[in-house]
Amino acid sequence: MYSKLSNSRNIEMKKNEVPQDKSNLESANIKEMYYAVDENGEYTTELSTGWDPKTIALDNAIKDIEERTEIAKQKVLNNTTSPIEYYMELHKMDVGILASYVGMWAWRVKRHFKPSVFKKLNKKILQKYADIFEITVEQLKDIHK
Amino acid sequence: MEINFTHKQSAHCENGVVSNLMRFNGFEVSEPMVFGIGSGLLFSYLPFLKVNHAPVVTYRAMPGTIFNRFAKRTGVKIKREKFSTAQKAKARLDENLEKNNPVGLQVGVYNLLYFPEEYRFHFNAHNMVVYGKKEGRYLISDPVMEEVTSLSEKELEKVRFAKGAFAPKGHMYYPIEFPDKLELKKAIVKGIKHTCKDMTAPVPIVGVKAIRKIAKLIRKWPAKKGVKTANHYLGQIVRMQEEIGTGGGGFRYIYGAFLQEASKILENDQLSTMSKEITQIGDLWRDFAVDASRIYKNRSATEDGYNKVADQLATIADKEEAFFKKLKKVV
Repeated sequence: MYSKLSNSRNIEMKKNEVPQDKSNLESANIKEMYYAVDENGEYTTELSTGWDPKTIALDNAIKDIEERTEIAKQKVLNNTTSPIEYYMELHKMDVGILASYVGMWAWRVKRHFKPSVFKKLNKKILQKYADIFEITVEQLKDIHK
Repeated sequence: MEINFTHKQSAHCENGVVSNLMRFNGFEVSEPMVFGIGSGLLFSYLPFLKVNHAPVVTYRAMPGTIFNRFAKRTGVKIKREKFSTAQKAKARLDENLEKNNPVGLQVGVYNLLYFPEEYRFHFNAHNMVVYGKKEGRYLISDPVMEEVTSLSEKELEKVRFAKGAFAPKGHMYYPIEFPDKLELKKAIVKGIKHTCKDMTAPVPIVGVKAIRKIAKLIRKWPAKKGVKTANHYLGQIVRMQEEIGTGGGGFRYIYGAFLQEASKILENDQLSTMSKEITQIGDLWRDFAVDASRIYKNRSATEDGYNKVADQLATIADKEEAFFKKLKKVV
């Protein structure tokens, strides 16, 4: 009753069809659990080492963050943003998440991206950011440290 | 101290915590049963929220709702606590462990060091059980892991007080009252009806309507957002669908397992047929993921490719609509 798509497998996810592709799960000794049917059509579980369509999506997401971090780094070096933006990207955060960690409004965090504003930030606020990024204030001020 | 707690791996963290805590308290309930009775299955598009700079879709009910609905429908009472400070959160946790009571915790994933780096995003709705403390380390039963693990006090505090969307605020929960006997039959019917209602809701961002909405958006993304962003968005949909915890196919296979188990308990053969049907729909979701990955793998794609995966989603929406309308009548 189902129209077959170009790359459909035989109907129903079978236990022996649970993907065992290579992924970084292995390095952390994790296998994820799938639900699949056995030869009698009974549902059971099977562990999987990974699945390429997902691994590619994950890899791309990481690449995207690396790109964002690199762009932020260049902006810091060109003095068009403060190191806060760089560390934010490095920690896979966005403004909303960072604002939630420092307990400030997002607009205030964004303002701290301005190099001129960043330069005038007091020790207490700098320390707050440094603590969240788990670095020293010196490292916060200079991304090469 | 170490509580005598049996760790059993599950696909999904919330189901797994519930199933494992129920077992500790003398009730054997499978993961699919928790998921089905708790009406865990869903599709929803959250247009106002962006995660990792991409729109968010979810294939499951909001965090916490699965356990709440399961408990309500089976007559179990849950105690939930959130905390203003880490000290209070720790004290209450230690108190419970002293009383030989393993507890569920909601935690953030970003600082869970035993996860591989690429899985550590700022996602705050992960669940685990703490079942003891030894040499200053908390004993952790994380349902998505094969084996138990442990975290230092500092490490646990960090994940309990992660910030951002769905910040856990130390959220701790555990069942406190149980019925004499777990009556599953009525609970199953309620769970199924609720899911059918959600999936066929006349709301553009929930259920099959949301699937159609996403299909429409996918067609527009390459022209409107550019190929790079379109691929990033598409990748996030696949990740949400196949994330650890979904059991594959955006939870559709777990739901199939639930319907199969339900057909035996309710002695209803039609549910067994429905189990097969949702499994086939799960396969269609997997096919969609395969074809979507072909697009974002090369970062170059023709408009045709986007239209093709959008067509697949539109087909899935039609099939799920028919499926849930039928399922509603079967129970």
